[in-house]
Amino acid sequence: MKRRMKHLLGYAAIAALAACGTAQAQTTVKIGVLSDMSSLYSDIGGPGSVAAAKLAIADFTVQNKDIKVELISADHQNKADVGSSVANQWYDVDKVDMIIDTPNSGVALAVSQIAATKNKIFIVSGAAASDLTGPKCNANTIHWTYDTWMLANGTGSALVKTGGDSWFFLTSDYAFGHALERDTMAAVEKAGGKVLGKVRHPINSNDFSSFLLQAQASKAKVIGLANAGGDTINSIKQGAEFGIVKGGQKFAGLLVFASDVNALGLATAQGLTLTETWYWDANDANRAFTKRWQVERPGKFPTMVQAGVYSGVLHYLKAVAELKSGADGKAVVAKMKATPTDDPLFGKGEIRADGRKIHDAYLFEVKAPSESKYPGDFYKLRATIPAAEAFRPLKEGGCPLVSG
Amino acid sequence: MTSVAQPVDKAALANGERSIAVAFVILLAALLVAPLFIYPLFLMKALCFALFACAFNLLIGYVGLLSFGHALFFGWASYISAHAAKVWGLPPELAILAGMATGAGLGLVVGVLAIRRQGIYFAMITLALAQMMYLVAVQAKFTGGEDGIQAVPRGRLFGVLDLTHDMTMYFVVVAIFLGAFLLIYRIVHSPFGEVLKAIRENEPRAISLGYKTDRYKLVAFILSATLAGLAGGLKAIVLQIASLTDVNWPMSGEVVLMTLVGGLGTIFGPVLGAFTIIAMQNYLATFGQWVTVIQGAIFVMFVLLFRRGVIGELAHWLRIRL
Amino acid sequence: MFELLNISPQALFGQLLIGLINGSFYALLSLGLAVIFGMLNIINFSHGAQYMMGAFAAFLLLELTGLNYWAALIIAPIIVGATGVIIERLFLQWLYKLDHLYGLLLTFGLALIIEGLFRNYFGSAGLPYRVPDELTGGHNLGFMFLPNYRAWVIVASLTVCFATWFVIERTRLGAYLRAATENPTLVRAFGINVPRMITLTYGFGVALAAFAGVMAAPIYNVSPQMGSELIIVVFAVVVIGGMGSIMGAIVTGFGLGIVEGLTKYFFPEASNTVIFVIMALVLLVRPAGLFGRAR
Repeated sequence: MKRRMKHLLGYAAIAALAACGTAQAQTTVKIGVLSDMSSLYSDIGGPGSVAAAKLAIADFTVQNKDIKVELISADHQNKADVGSSVANQWYDVDKVDMIIDTPNSGVALAVSQIAATKNKIFIVSGAAASDLTGPKCNANTIHWTYDTWMLANGTGSALVKTGGDSWFFLTSDYAFGHALERDTMAAVEKAGGKVLGKVRHPINSNDFSSFLLQAQASKAKVIGLANAGGDTINSIKQGAEFGIVKGGQKFAGLLVFASDVNALGLATAQGLTLTETWYWDANDANRAFTKRWQVERPGKFPTMVQAGVYSGVLHYLKAVAELKSGADGKAVVAKMKATPTDDPLFGKGEIRADGRKIHDAYLFEVKAPSESKYPGDFYKLRATIPAAEAFRPLKEGGCPLVSG
Repeated sequence: MTSVAQPVDKAALANGERSIAVAFVILLAALLVAPLFIYPLFLMKALCFALFACAFNLLIGYVGLLSFGHALFFGWASYISAHAAKVWGLPPELAILAGMATGAGLGLVVGVLAIRRQGIYFAMITLALAQMMYLVAVQAKFTGGEDGIQAVPRGRLFGVLDLTHDMTMYFVVVAIFLGAFLLIYRIVHSPFGEVLKAIRENEPRAISLGYKTDRYKLVAFILSATLAGLAGGLKAIVLQIASLTDVNWPMSGEVVLMTLVGGLGTIFGPVLGAFTIIAMQNYLATFGQWVTVIQGAIFVMFVLLFRRGVIGELAHWLRIRL
Repeated sequence: MFELLNISPQALFGQLLIGLINGSFYALLSLGLAVIFGMLNIINFSHGAQYMMGAFAAFLLLELTGLNYWAALIIAPIIVGATGVIIERLFLQWLYKLDHLYGLLLTFGLALIIEGLFRNYFGSAGLPYRVPDELTGGHNLGFMFLPNYRAWVIVASLTVCFATWFVIERTRLGAYLRAATENPTLVRAFGINVPRMITLTYGFGVALAAFAGVMAAPIYNVSPQMGSELIIVVFAVVVIGGMGSIMGAIVTGFGLGIVEGLTKYFFPEASNTVIFVIMALVLLVRPAGLFGRAR
């Protein structure tokens, strides 16, 4: 109920702002934040993404009074069919022009195809599947914040370069885990490292002791966690029990977010290495955004996914304002690709022909409790991966939109 | 042994046929007019689940067996139909038939394992077997794991009718639903159906009368699984996606909820229950966090207070059969 | 022999020991279910949610009152057991005269409510809870490194399981309980307060689940979903063991933990389905379960 009231107040505020500019012709667009509001990824995207979108709309319409933006949101519950149903209904019935977020690759793939069929727009901030800019790319979808290739490459090669040159993989036994393992293995070997072994565990396993024992026995310098969510958290937690980190091995989280680190606590997660494209405490602009964001989400810290929603909405609105219409999905996306991006959070970047947004990536290491000075002080920066190297090269993706 | 469904009400029997016919006409009229007011994709989804719930109700309402793993048939049929349409390129009618065959085959295997037991044991066994097949679905390559099978083509029905138009698809779905619905009605009101009801009321007595009750129960189980497979296959073609949600145990719980809310052992109950629950999930998508809690609360409320379900209470109050 | 089969004895013994530890959780949880089913004929679907509540109670006791793990081991089961008593009085008692399936449906609904509420309030990511200082670290046994906490888990569960079995099968109170299940009217005629015994039994079963939850908190992720992921496996354990048999639940719990451990070594991808496969096989041969009596 509270959120409904906030939405209504949001509408009222935006309508009031828009009313100031009624003298000029009004362009109206409707944005839908489709995210996981209630389960596994609700802290990674969820209500925080809605808050980020609101901030972006507010920031944009303050200076551009001739555009009116409506915002709605819904919960895809991590289910591809719920996500498709909502997307279909939004595009068909509720006149939504652009959908953003979807932290779940299955949902993202489904919505991407629906957007293409209906010539609307879909900006993926939350999902990881690199196929979205690969074989499954289309002219209506933009993949914003990160993807599996970037994660694998970032963590894989950067760790090898800083000394972690022997690896053992703990992989979730399903398509996503396999893909993560495959991409990271390639990156590790390309950077000169060796893969000493791997073990596959069923998804949503409770107990990792036997797998961790095997990892310990391999004596690899780095244990790559090609899994996500609760599996990653359990692996790390139980790894602490078995003294893995104390024994000198490092954990590399291939898909870990700040909210997971929060769930583990610094005592357990210290030393964990991971790659992200945005961190709230990295610079003043990020800190300023975080402060404004925390008004709606007290006690929490924005993730890179939520920052990506802010950045994506902003760039979208710029394109719509220039075209003076949001109706033709392909045209707006083409405009977004033609215009270089520039926002307070991600800085300067661009969107490639395959729909991939390019920006720098960062290798972080989780601080020890003694090094953390205030709540949210999780990471120390180990390396910066420049944008040109961070993402999969354009020609290697297999995207039909890329000619030659 | 007390049973889960309605006791036989002699006064209602007399009006039975007429009230059901009236209700059927109302349902038909509503289905024909609805797409003018309501988003057809939502209606089609609700109809697929209504069919699923009716298939489930055949088992619980008329045989007295609570299967807590019915998502197994629904979900796997959905996968096979999706795969058939997308990868093998079969036309929609054959894809859906493939789904039905899957339901039948799985129904036979699970039925043979589970039928020997009664009541709670039966429920637990179906639950555990369904969970095992869920885990298989997670790891099997062809199911697409977490992504599911997406972009399933609607195709051309019998090579003629282009199903990509929502309205055409809608009327096809209505036709299939009504056909299956009438089939269930015929099964229930047939000599076979009477034996099933006798087994529900008092199995030892049915055995003493010479009926091989295990065989009857198995046939009913397979029928229920086949129709659940029909629902799953249809759903895959309509919504063009087959995913892990369809095989997971919360889905089994949902179909129980739909039937409970509508009315166990009533013909129309599952239809109303399915529409109610799907509508609720749709409406509450904005408040997604509360859907589980509300579903749980509805379960508790109906089990404690409205055991007959909405249609059941209505029928009881009007002293008719529904 | 080990060399012939190309097995490393160290790795194997290590997995067996770990299997035993996991088996302790299965045994504790299925014990609670077996007690409730054996005595009340109710399938407690909310068992997983109550296990989760135990873990959360431990977390909250630490957060809000600073009470540590050892205090939580006693207090959390009492608190959660009390909620169990309330559930029994408010909801379950009306269902005893009806078909047992309604009890299943009711507890299923309760599980949804409990899990949903916790998820809304605490989020899904999980909360930190650490191994108590007295139990950190471990010993190198030669064939594996055994964390002290895991050793404690085995000891504690064996103790609790044995104590419960002893009370139910060998004491007078247990005899009253067992008699009350078979013939409540007669037992009541002897002046024993049957409804109160039933209520307390349910509370005790729930407390067992919560106890397992507190034990799980330091090593498994404390999240609202932690119960629902586990509960179906525990149901399979109870079905294999025989649904009303206390000893069956304990033995099968430990046994299946070991089987799962072995599978993780030989064929890790199948380690989560092996229990269901065994269940299907057992049912074909002995429909009442290994230790069950046909009801």
